[in-house]
Order: sequence, then structure tokens, then C-alpha cells
Amino acid sequence: MADLCAVVGVGQTKHAACRADVSIAGLVREAVDRALTDANITIADVDAIVIGKAPDSLEGVAMPELWLADALAAHGKPVFRVHTAGSVGGSTAIVAAQHVMAGIHGTVLTIGFEKQSDGNAMWALSVPIPFGMPVHAGAGGYFSPIVRGYIGRSGAPKHIGAMVAVKDRTNACKNPYAHLHEPDWTLEKALETPMLWDPIRFIETCPSSDGAIALVLMSEERADKHAGPKAWVHATSMRSEPTAFAGREQVSPVAGEMCAADLWRKGGIKNPAEEIDVVEMYVPFAWFEPMWLENLGFAPRNEGWRWVEDGVTEMGGSLPINPSGGVLSSNPIGASGMLRFGEAAMQVMGKAGEHQIDGAKKAVGHAYGGGSQFFAMWLVSSTKP
Amino acid sequence: MSEADGLVRLRQPIGVTYNWSAGPNATSHLAGLMNGKFVGKRCPSCALVYFPPRNGVCPKCAKILAGDVEVGPKGTITTFCIVNVPFLGQKIKLPYVAAQILLDGADISMQHLIQECEAEDVRIGMRVEPVWKDKSEWGPSLENIQHFRPTGEPDRVMGAESGAS
Repeated sequence: MADLCAVVGVGQTKHAACRADVSIAGLVREAVDRALTDANITIADVDAIVIGKAPDSLEGVAMPELWLADALAAHGKPVFRVHTAGSVGGSTAIVAAQHVMAGIHGTVLTIGFEKQSDGNAMWALSVPIPFGMPVHAGAGGYFSPIVRGYIGRSGAPKHIGAMVAVKDRTNACKNPYAHLHEPDWTLEKALETPMLWDPIRFIETCPSSDGAIALVLMSEERADKHAGPKAWVHATSMRSEPTAFAGREQVSPVAGEMCAADLWRKGGIKNPAEEIDVVEMYVPFAWFEPMWLENLGFAPRNEGWRWVEDGVTEMGGSLPINPSGGVLSSNPIGASGMLRFGEAAMQVMGKAGEHQIDGAKKAVGHAYGGGSQFFAMWLVSSTKP
Repeated sequence: MSEADGLVRLRQPIGVTYNWSAGPNATSHLAGLMNGKFVGKRCPSCALVYFPPRNGVCPKCAKILAGDVEVGPKGTITTFCIVNVPFLGQKIKLPYVAAQILLDGADISMQHLIQECEAEDVRIGMRVEPVWKDKSEWGPSLENIQHFRPTGEPDRVMGAESGAS
């Protein structure tokens, strides 16, 4: 049996379009210092470091974990780099938790970051593919046909995406670290924003952000002696599948369904919609909220959009999603998955401030990446399993 | 070089030139394109046809793809995006339709451009055919096809394939 693991500290940067005031190392250090302060420990107490970010091409720095070793005070300690595209923040936190659950390390620092303003992330992955047809148009161009597939088969009305976007942007105003603070959106105004990758509107897309997050994880033995709130890791799961294969279900990928089913089984969850208090879900394009509601097994197939329309996922709803404002309000790619995991932990630790869901005891952090093919999730709780 | 709040930022472009070894599977596919044909490969286990044959291995069965199979030239749109976003290196006038096209006889769609109709008239299930460039411009690339255009045939009723890859 695996040992228990708890989150005892969470720290994140102020996310912004351009953090010209810091280098990548400075950005990462800002999150690390806040996490260590939150955990009330020093860097000397850390046994190992697990760090993740999205493709190195986004900033043009190859293997930045080597360069960052100084800023992380990593000399003499194991450093482990994780890379699973956009889901990397989630996968990185899970690998860090596994270092603890395997009984190898007592205190692990884990970090996710991206400094999008140092490169051109939007198009770094849209270079013409040799021998193919250069019709690709960024992540939006990739995901838009999948959203169209969902709208077609579910019969969802066209305003659902904009509803999700307005909710997340409104929630973000309660999160001091969020990149976008735009309190004045209404559904009417949102629907007037231009179609970028039809059927995806401008309002329904995430920003490009600079940002970092760090978590401090401890073994049960250390966490029991540690004062302060904790988020106990009840279950983790990762699944992946190829980008393309014949008959692939792209709207609700099998790997995502398997990952969620595994999480519920490990966490002893019979009815996710009833038993989970809050979800931090990876929603870089607004339509993915209803799509993931179905993929994760919260809502029945083709019904996720009705939950959005009925306000179920608002902060006051029965299943609040992304009270932090989510990826739609801050997207430092390599950090975005860990922000979901960290925000879920903050909710059950009672540390979410103005965007706290009162009495949250069980929360889920969710991340996906690549062409909807890498999935990472964890279930955290205010009490031990 | 620019300075924000007295802090220096440098702009440093980087570039890389690659060689790409096609291997036998992609070679027959690329040779087909140079002869105006769509050549895919069949999985010897599940019998599904891959076009392009990608890595030469069936992602479901992990079997090495075997015999050449000619597919198309007509196909059906399984889903699409209307692109209104200008970007670096873009070669096509906006707005344009990037569609997933399931070529007749293939079991996986590929992405290509739809022209010769209004973007708003494009729909899932629409039948399309390739418009090839002049032979003098052909190389080992799907760019040999200028675009796909509607055939005018009745739409194909799409079931599970709708929105699928």
C-alpha cells in the first residue's frame, strides 16, 4: 500500500501577460518562496524537487530545469523534470506525490511554470508540418472542430460557451493572482465578441500568461507533526492515448473517461456530482466545461451544457467549477494544470480567500494536454482517506 | 533590446533545420502524392486503413501497417473550423475553412482546405473532391492539392464519425 501524502503549502505568482519585472528564474522563485512561506518551512527542509513545464520551444530555453537548479537551491538534491504538454502541471504534481507515496522522500517541492511573453507559445506549435497541408491555426484551430462536433451531437445552444466564459471571468475577479480581472462582462456583450475559430468566440479563449505555482508535499509522518491546514491526497490518476487513430472519440476521449473512472474508484467515490464539493477543471476553451463534465462522469452524455445553463457550475451552484477563474482567466501553460491541483488543495485547506467555497471538503484538480490525449487528475480532501 | 522599468529585455530569434527520414510506409504515401494518388496502409490485424499512414504502426493494435491501399479521391467532411485568425506564416486568405476530410476507403480523416463555396455553406457530411495544382508544382506533399471543393452529391449521413478524427 502506498503511504499517504498531504499538500501543506501552496504559492503562486501574480499571473500577467508579461512579467517583464522578472526572469524565468525569478518567476519560479516567487512561487517557490510563497509556497515555502505558506508551509512555514525553508528550502533546506526540502528533500527533492519535481518540476514541469510545457514544450521548451515555447520560451526557446532547452531543459530549463538545469538552468533553474540555482534558483531552486537544488544543489545536492534530486531534481526531476516532467513533460506531458498542457497537462504537465497536473502530471508533475502527481509524480511529486508519488515520490512521497512511494516512501522515498518526506518533503517534496513541486513547481509548474511558463513565461509565455518570452516566446510565442500561440504559434510555436503551429509550424508547417512537412508533407502536410498548412491549414493549422494554433490550438484554437485544433480544438474548434471538436467543439463543433460536441455542439452538433448534443444540440447545445450556441450561447453555452459564452456563459462559461462570463462565469470564469467573473470568478477571477475574486482571485488576486488571476491574470484577467474583467468584472464587466455580460452574456450579451460576450456574444458580441468576434468568432476567431468558428464556433469559438474571442471571449471563449484563454489568455497568454506568465506565471508559476509551487506546492509543498509531505508524507503522513511529517504532515502529522506539521501545524496548519492540509489537503490530503485521496487519489491520483494519469492516462494517455495517441493524437489520432481510426474511430477516435475526440469529443470525449476514452483516456479521459478511464482516468476519471480510475480516480473515482481509488477515491471511493460512487456519485461524483453528489460527493465532490468543487472542481478546478482545465478549460482553456469555454466549451470544454460541458464536455469535461460529461467526460469525467459528472453529467450524462450530451447533458453537460444543461448544467451550465442551469447555473450548477457557478460559485453558488451545487458543483462549482473554477472559482479561481480557471485557465480562461490565467494560462501560464506549464503551470495551468498545477494551478488546478493547487487551487483544489486551497479549497479543502480553507485558504481560497474570496473565492472560497464554504465548507469544501473534497475537491478535484483536473488537467489535460496535447490533442486532448494526456489526462491528469487528483482528488484531495480536508481529512485523511 | 527594450527596457521596461530599467530592466533589459533582448530579442533573440532561434531556428533549426531538420532532416526527416520518411521510412518505407511514409515513402509509399509520399510517392503516391507525387503521382497524383492517395496511398494509405491497412492494419493487418483490425483491417482499418490509415491515410496518411503516420508512423507506420496501427495505434490500436500496435501492428506494423502492411499493404498499400489507394483511397479517395472523394471524401466527406466529418467536422471543420472556420478560421478568422491571422497568424505568422499563414498562406491562405481569411476566412478559410479547415476541414477534417474522411477520404472514401480510409478510416481516419485528414485536415485540408475547403474552397469554391462560402464558409457558411460548409457542413458536416458534405461530399468533397480534390483540386490538384498543376503537375509542374507537385512534390511529396499534400500541398499538391490546392484545396477540396464540394462535389454537389447528397450529404452523407454521419453517425459516430461526426466530429471524429
